[in-house]
Amino acid sequence: MAKIQMKNIVKKYGDGFPAVNDVSIDVADGEFVILVGPSGCGKSTLLRMIVGLEDITSGDMMIGEKRVNDLAPKERNLAMVFQNYALYPHLTVYENIAFPLRLAKAPASEIDEKVRKASKTLELDEHLDRKPGNLSGGQRQRVAMGRAIVRDADAFLFDEPLSNLDAKLRGQMRTEIARLQKRLGITTVYVTHDQTEAMTLGDRVAVLKRGVLQQLATPRELYTQPNNLFVAGFIGSPPMNFLPATVEGTTLSMPFGDVTIPQKSADRAAGKGLLIAGIRPEHFEDASVAEVGEGSTFRATVDVVEWLGNEAYAYIPFEAQPEVQEQLTQLERDLDGESMRTQLVVSIDGASRITAGEEADIWVNAEHIHLFDPSTGENLTKEGKVQANEQATDTGEPAAG
Amino acid sequence: MNRKIGTAVGFLLIMVWCLLPVAWIISLSFKSQEAITNGSPGFLPVDGGGAGWQNYIDVWNNEQFRRAILNSIGISLIATVLSVLIATLAAYAIARLEFRGKKFVLTAALAIAMFPVVSLVGPLFDMWRTIGLYDTWPGLIIPYMSFTLPLAIWTLTAFFREIPWELEQAAQVDGATSWQAFRKVIVPLAAPGVFTAAILTFFFAWNDFVFGISLTSTETARPIPAALSFFVGADPFNRPASLLAAGAVIATVPIIVIVLVFQRKIVAGLTSGAVKG
Ligand SMILES: Nc1ncnc2c1ncn2[C@@H]1O[C@H](COP(=O)(O)OP(=O)(O)O)[C@@H](O)[C@H]1O
Ligand SMILES: [Mg+2]
Repeated sequence: MAKIQMKNIVKKYGDGFPAVNDVSIDVADGEFVILVGPSGCGKSTLLRMIVGLEDITSGDMMIGEKRVNDLAPKERNLAMVFQNYALYPHLTVYENIAFPLRLAKAPASEIDEKVRKASKTLELDEHLDRKPGNLSGGQRQRVAMGRAIVRDADAFLFDEPLSNLDAKLRGQMRTEIARLQKRLGITTVYVTHDQTEAMTLGDRVAVLKRGVLQQLATPRELYTQPNNLFVAGFIGSPPMNFLPATVEGTTLSMPFGDVTIPQKSADRAAGKGLLIAGIRPEHFEDASVAEVGEGSTFRATVDVVEWLGNEAYAYIPFEAQPEVQEQLTQLERDLDGESMRTQLVVSIDGASRITAGEEADIWVNAEHIHLFDPSTGENLTKEGKVQANEQATDTGEPAAG
Repeated sequence: MNRKIGTAVGFLLIMVWCLLPVAWIISLSFKSQEAITNGSPGFLPVDGGGAGWQNYIDVWNNEQFRRAILNSIGISLIATVLSVLIATLAAYAIARLEFRGKKFVLTAALAIAMFPVVSLVGPLFDMWRTIGLYDTWPGLIIPYMSFTLPLAIWTLTAFFREIPWELEQAAQVDGATSWQAFRKVIVPLAAPGVFTAAILTFFFAWNDFVFGISLTSTETARPIPAALSFFVGADPFNRPASLLAAGAVIATVPIIVIVLVFQRKIVAGLTSGAVKG
């Protein structure tokens, strides 16, 4: 077991485009770190540089106390689970799991003991004599995990291990991986494009965009204190709403009305002109059902309502100024999204009686409004960022996925 | 039901069409020389016209014939092994590596395979005489290899392209050197391709007549198809048909053995299950 340190890692492929650009991440011993981002952002490339399948253009890759930039994969003692599992089709499940041990020339009795232990952990006992071709997706996935845990590797690396499974199995395997990692206590780097996986599995999550590290933080911090527009839009489902806004005093003007925001936020946004306000769907509520506290209420026409039982999503269209619209469209593109987000998604109580086409009173919790600089995308209201000496108050609410 | 009968009938027709000449040669090889000279048109030997195993014994006792068989086996096996070995490495490089002139190698290989064999015999004859390769084993092995390598390289390249690169990378992460990954993962998966290439190469070398008769002059290197044509027997005006038939049957045996041995290795679809399909 060992820590992994990435120091200013850069990867340029043949065409000179930096697939990974100046990324520094420290993974502590035993920690579970997630690399997340939309497809093509360089997560796999970064993982493959850790394991040694890809040359590092510049920067230092440290495993334990050793610089491993120039070591071959076999000398790094890491175990990896590939996206498509990469099982050896000509070998039985038993031999697949035993493969790394056989290469290490372990004695037969030790191999047998370890393989059986791994197969027991992963409930593969009755499949040991079968070939991977005859197994289901979930079983193959477990064989791939078996091949990883059978060794005493310094760290586990996963490249989108669940993306080929159906939704139900994915949920089960996710829990399984989390449990296994906690039990083995082994340093783990896990790549995914799925923000739910990132939030549920990781001790810390690194969000990447086009090869650049956007934020490295705990899931809770990512959710409540995103560094910038990109992280704010990527983490959370349904995603955060972005609205054009201007600040005057403590009054925030948005397309659907004015809201009074805390003095602290207002100070940081003062004199910045047109801003982008970010509000998560759950920080709205149907004013007629909920015990609304501090905040503002506005009237708006609801376009569509999706009722899910425990809650409902109401959609409210709005107009955005061209300056902001451009930034929002670019954000959509970065997030791999398809819709132009000029509608508000509002999560309301399941008991709400609002129906489509109706005008309704919507309450918004002003405490949790983030303000972003439209030109840089920077989050102006992030705690402890602009005024570091300011006493940080815990505005974090339990993260609703 | 009707379709089944149709299939069976068609199958039977093809079998008869293919196997009748073979059966006839076998029948000939069991008839005595006199019976053939006197005319023995039946499939089974007429009374007193059978020779039992005598033809086989006679052929086998012929020193020239035994040399020719030995030459054929030796030359064909060496050509096959070398050709497959070189083709495997070349095909692996073509499938996996990016290098300049890759297309050129593939096209050039194909162009060589398209040359008519006869057109090369004349120049080769002259060259081999000068270099001293005339009437030697390498003198035949080299042309066999150059004619079978292109096909072998193309076949194997297709096979290697089918194998996901991740398998090799997984092996390296599991602690294998590049060579171990190639030998323990890639080669077993490419085995059907390797054996296909081996069979094709062996067939070409074993059945070749043109090179065999043109580039040899004595029994030091003359392979079996050429040797059979020199097999005249005691009376030059009366060629020993039954002996030739026996010789032909013996010459077929190695091919059958090779096919039976390799056939079991050619299991298609071996890569299924490597990756999620
Ligand atoms: N072998 C390669 N040659 C050139 N460009 C590559 C190669 N592999 C990946 N890339 C590029 O690097 C970027 C990051 O790729 P990757 O790490 O696979 O992304 P992902 O985050 O989806 O795993 C992409 O823009 C991709 O096109
Ligand atoms: Mg990827």
